[in-house]
Amino acid sequence: MREHVPNEYGRFGDFGGKFVPETLMRPLEELEAELDRALADESFQSEYVRILHEYSGRPTPLTFAPNLTEWAGGAKIYLKREDLNHTGAHKINNAIGQALLARRMGKKKLIAETGAGQHGVAAATVAAHFGLDCIVFMGEEDIKRQALNVFRMKLLGAEVVPVSSGNRTLKDATNEAIRYWVAHCDDHFYMIGSVVGPHPYPKMVREFQRVIGDEAKEQVLAREGKLPDVIVACVGGGSNAIGMFYPFLQDDVRLVGVEAAGKGIDTPHHAATITKGTKGVIHGAMTYLLQDEYGQILEPYSISAGLDYPGVGPEHAYLASIGRVDYESATDAEAIAAFQLLAQTEGIIPAIESAHAVAKAVELARRMTPDETVLVCLSGRGDKDVQTMMHHLGGKEGEGVVVR
Amino acid sequence: MKALLSVNPPLFIPFLVAGDPTAALTVDLALALQDAGADVLELGVPYSDPLADGPTIQRAAARALAGQMTLPKAIHLVAEMRKKGVKIPIILFTYYNPVLQLGEESFFALARENGADGVLIPDLPFEESAPLRRLGERFGLPLISLVAPTSKQRIERIASAAEGFLYCVSSLGVTGVRETLPETLGDFLGEVKRHSRVPVVVGFGVSTPEQVAVLKRECDGVVVGSALVQKVEQLLERLQAPGEKEATIAEFAAYVRALAAPLREPCASREKFQ
Repeated sequence: MREHVPNEYGRFGDFGGKFVPETLMRPLEELEAELDRALADESFQSEYVRILHEYSGRPTPLTFAPNLTEWAGGAKIYLKREDLNHTGAHKINNAIGQALLARRMGKKKLIAETGAGQHGVAAATVAAHFGLDCIVFMGEEDIKRQALNVFRMKLLGAEVVPVSSGNRTLKDATNEAIRYWVAHCDDHFYMIGSVVGPHPYPKMVREFQRVIGDEAKEQVLAREGKLPDVIVACVGGGSNAIGMFYPFLQDDVRLVGVEAAGKGIDTPHHAATITKGTKGVIHGAMTYLLQDEYGQILEPYSISAGLDYPGVGPEHAYLASIGRVDYESATDAEAIAAFQLLAQTEGIIPAIESAHAVAKAVELARRMTPDETVLVCLSGRGDKDVQTMMHHLGGKEGEGVVVR
Repeated sequence: MKALLSVNPPLFIPFLVAGDPTAALTVDLALALQDAGADVLELGVPYSDPLADGPTIQRAAARALAGQMTLPKAIHLVAEMRKKGVKIPIILFTYYNPVLQLGEESFFALARENGADGVLIPDLPFEESAPLRRLGERFGLPLISLVAPTSKQRIERIASAAEGFLYCVSSLGVTGVRETLPETLGDFLGEVKRHSRVPVVVGFGVSTPEQVAVLKRECDGVVVGSALVQKVEQLLERLQAPGEKEATIAEFAAYVRALAAPLREPCASREKFQ
């Protein structure tokens, strides 16, 4: 299966493709050609791996979570520690790969969109590292939710452009980034942060994130002598999930993507795109999305800025349609509880995005046996969320914070 | 195969957003455009996430969506325009996702039934357009093609398959008024004209009679969008004020006439693009 997707039209089954204004078609063709040359170029690959190791601190560890395992009382829970990457999330893997590609194409200016700010920070970081300019589009609502990351991006020398259209979140930031790209595609490189957008972005970002799953596979095998039974990852656009799942697609492993259920999937306030969405086109790709009956895109909701997106990567849509990956969801409340639980049982504060995966993993582990294993992609760390959590938990300095 | 939409240059092609500010006023404005000399009308269907549009058309779309405009309602507006006397060809300008949700075949059937003459989908590039092109032929509604300054070796492929007219995007970027058009536009248009069997028109940024006068010598017509939508925006309150509608529409028509005027004058010597 995976040898053939995406096909030459950038399709994963019915999903993917290139639904963009004509102005962007030639830049996309150029990108596709250069990406294929780079992926086949050993010196490119070894430079990418060298920077992942020397600059981002890869390989990231696989951590057994004994207390969380005991708390759940079922399967053994392992965490793939993407939170220990430089800049605090998996986003840097992709940013390094795309920055190398931008340099190879002679482009000195990066455009990025960001939700939680993790991709924006990763883009700003690699821009500083490689001596490139960087302009980051971010929704005004997210700027409010993620003030710390906004400051980090500025500190790194990036320009942060507030976006005031729509719900002022990731979807709107992506619209504005694409519009800016249309106007500046002659000398700018658009660095998308997830496995979304027109071909070849979903494929490219997957190739730059599969290091997560490749490493984890080797680490779990070394530790357990067998593959995990279940792998869990959160899904907004879905880059950490694809990166984790992709190397396991051919294996007998249950794969579970966790979408943001916000205030509940039976309310209008969620971002559970595969669970509740329908087929359509968003940001240049055919995929599942949240939309009304006339094809107008609906505003999603999640406490997590990184999952607050009405679309999903086309490869996820495909994997859902063929039944290879199960897509479930976790609510704000479940994610907040898991956020506290992991902090208090393991001394690891996860990103609120990753906490959605932790919540589902605990639920699944509980119904499994101690000889089985669950692997969770801990996509990022929660420093950026501490302020929001203080607000949600209503306490000052941890007061009133209790695990169920 | 016979030509799907036959139009004679020079072409003045204005653009309106259906439902901005109301469905009824869109019909009035369309009539005014026809009286002011429009050759073809582009009727824009409002969309929540218009990737090819700048702030002016985004705001107009938001106003129209707030008034509950939808793709089916916009198509029905064409029939309303026909009833009120709009005779010029009407091209439906819509993003792809609303078409997908209505159903591609239902969309073409409804468009034909209501008197539309063509379709333009700005986020459906050539490679993805074959099924809709076939439907367009079946229903007699051409899918209007676009070329951009970045198209380069794509131009020949796109131009040779073009029906109705060929829409050239003047410069990089989204829709919106531009003070100047690129100096390289002449070369680009020359290249496009060499390959095209249908009239070649220029849009994106065209907003003054001076630009129209210059473009007239290089191509077969112009599309004017954001400048008109901006004018509608300026006139919003007066268009909807009791007793002021007719005078306000007359003011809109005078503005449009001035824009289109250079196309109606005999051709003078070639001028450089500015």
